[in-house]
Amino acid sequence: MSEFFAMNGYAFYIWGSYGLALAIFVIETALVRHKRKITLQQLRLMRDAGEEESV
Amino acid sequence: MAINWFKYSAPSAFYGLAGKLAPWFAWSSAILFALGLYISFFVAPTDAQQSEAYRIMFIHVPVSILSMFIYLVMAGYAALGLVFNTRLSSMMATALAPTGALFTFIALWTGALWGKPMWGAWWVWDARLTSELILLFLYIGFIALHASIDDPRRADRAAALLGIVGAVNVPIIYFSVKWWNTLHQGSTIKLTGTSMHVAMQQALLLMMLACWCYAVAVTLTRVRSIILERERGTQWVAELEEIK
Repeated sequence: MSEFFAMNGYAFYIWGSYGLALAIFVIETALVRHKRKITLQQLRLMRDAGEEESV
Repeated sequence: MAINWFKYSAPSAFYGLAGKLAPWFAWSSAILFALGLYISFFVAPTDAQQSEAYRIMFIHVPVSILSMFIYLVMAGYAALGLVFNTRLSSMMATALAPTGALFTFIALWTGALWGKPMWGAWWVWDARLTSELILLFLYIGFIALHASIDDPRRADRAAALLGIVGAVNVPIIYFSVKWWNTLHQGSTIKLTGTSMHVAMQQALLLMMLACWCYAVAVTLTRVRSIILERERGTQWVAELEEIK
């Protein structure tokens, strides 16, 4: 197992590559989901504000 | 079965379609990554010259190819938006840019981590590396220019021009290893065949498909937010189930 992670001395380079790629994919996914949440929230706020005006 | 594809050029119709498709691409991506990584690390043999370090290839090559491909798709959408004044095309271009930029960044990063043990340098000003760095700047320029103009339609047009002109860089990146004497190696997979081990080819193909599905899934999710933002105030957005 430790031999696998050691990658014959290239561990830093290999896990550094895959680690960054994974981190970016996870963060980007979180960001687009967050953006969707925020956008929907804003639309709800806008609609509520609009309803108050029209009353 | 006749599908009217033009129907989906309307943001309201595409919003629903994108919402249905995105989870499929996300799950396909997860499965393909699992398979691809398994073959990359457990099935593909150790390289005779580069030992284990070559395994960086299985992420480096797919993201690099996609960084160029996404740019062409982005510039294509931007051009459609510019010529036909279709709102959705410009929104798609805007949605693709951040993912393309991130893929370019991963390509440069993984390339540096491969270059250090193999060439002895994190970075060299070689034609392939330099043109890929310019690609990153083009993506950032596209995003920044779009963000700096308040009127979205004007922002679309300005960014589209930059995007289209910048597309010249893509064939330069692709052919740089042939046109110039670069430190970066040429392609191992050619039209005439390849000397690559079959497990390495399978891993590359799976990782490529995984990255592609990932890019489609995030782009579709991002474009849905962009559609809502830019179509707010329309009747169909007000009637959406998710903001009730």
